[in-house]
Amino acid sequence: MHTFTKLVATEAKLFLRTPLWAVFGVALPAALLLGIGSIPGMSRPSDVTGGYRFIDLWVPSLVVVSLATLGLQAIPAAVATYREQGVLRRLATTPVPPAHLLLAQLVIHAVVALAGVVLMLVTARVAFEVPLPLHPLTYALTLVLGLVSVFALGLVAASVARTAKGASALAMIAFFPIMFLGGVYLPRPLLPEVIQRIGAYVPPGTQPLQDAWVGAGVQPLQFVALAAFALGGTALAVRLFRWE
Amino acid sequence: MPLIEVTELRKTYGKRVAVDGVSFAVERGEIFGVLGTNGAGKTTTVECLQGLRRPDSGAISVLGLDPAKDAVRLRRLVGVQLQDARLPEKLRVAEALELFAAFYPKPADLGGLLRRLGLEDHRNAAFGKLSGGLRQRLSIALALVGDPQLAILDELTTGLDPHSRRETWKVVTAVRDAGVTVVLVTHFMDEAERLCDRVAVFDAGRIIATGTPAELRATTGKSTLDDAFVTLTGRE
Repeated sequence: MHTFTKLVATEAKLFLRTPLWAVFGVALPAALLLGIGSIPGMSRPSDVTGGYRFIDLWVPSLVVVSLATLGLQAIPAAVATYREQGVLRRLATTPVPPAHLLLAQLVIHAVVALAGVVLMLVTARVAFEVPLPLHPLTYALTLVLGLVSVFALGLVAASVARTAKGASALAMIAFFPIMFLGGVYLPRPLLPEVIQRIGAYVPPGTQPLQDAWVGAGVQPLQFVALAAFALGGTALAVRLFRWE
Repeated sequence: MPLIEVTELRKTYGKRVAVDGVSFAVERGEIFGVLGTNGAGKTTTVECLQGLRRPDSGAISVLGLDPAKDAVRLRRLVGVQLQDARLPEKLRVAEALELFAAFYPKPADLGGLLRRLGLEDHRNAAFGKLSGGLRQRLSIALALVGDPQLAILDELTTGLDPHSRRETWKVVTAVRDAGVTVVLVTHFMDEAERLCDRVAVFDAGRIIATGTPAELRATTGKSTLDDAFVTLTGRE
């Protein structure tokens, strides 16, 4: 345990010394929200979006942007850079287990992602009067499961790719479907129903996130599906991990 | 019983034979030199000792353990300094030592280690800003941080200026004097002559000679280990 906490503490220090990802990760969702919300048509109810304002529909998708960016870009880049520089080779000669290394990355990026989501929710509430999640606990649980399920995919990419470029290319395979299913490119109500349905069971769990938000309640099967992605993905990443 | 015993070690990468039936033993408390030109099989052999690579055939015993089976246990007992492995640019000297210390059950005293390696004045310097000599010293410190019984040092002084090399040699001697057995991988003959109690000369995946530097000079009739090495490897 001491090994793991030391690793997380050290990685956190290094992360804060390269403030780009930290600032970007925390501020990106709120900044996007402010940008989109400042366009007049976006914050007024519209018939195209069924009487909702565009930003009402888009706020849940901003969570997806944050999770996908950190999980599928920042994490693979961090691990693959270590591999390229021979940092992993050096660690391979020590008794530190690879799982510690991967989980430390997961923990640090999770903290950044959660901070970003909280900041974005508060911004949405204060600037645009978007209501906060009606079921905060269910929302938080879904968010954590969704986060780990996305990050696990990023860890898999980080585990197998030899270079930073390869890792980001590999992670892109998951990045675009997740952004699409999450309604980042098109508001989810405009997506075909079958796509919406798939989105209910795969990372990052956009449908359950939305259900918890509006207070519709989340089906247990959706939790199970996300938890399976989260655990299965992390286990796969640890298994596939290569030091070199 | 020797600390390291290697018998008929063989390792191929595809069709290329990297190590072709190598046997040697390292006694407790000695500095053992693994010499050879680039591509002679030194690094592969040493990686097999650490359990980083699995031999095709042959037997290896390090501290009574089989590296292929007991790699995790062995890593707690063996400190390694790697050729051209880096650390994160912004990691500071003391932080690196504290981090690595957390990996081992009984780490060495960090203050003493910083002092012995002359790193005290640089404890807050980031790895990315360290000179080659300081990086090398940090690398040795990290190899010793777990208070190992065996230290494997690979291409210790490559890229160092003459002063840093001599400083580093002093450190290695001090390490051995503190009771740590040292395996020194090098292609610098002056370094081997200065430091090693015994050496094994690798050539094309085989060991072509073992003995003290003096013995190798005597059998080849040369006045330096450098000349003896050239004679032995037959590329005069």
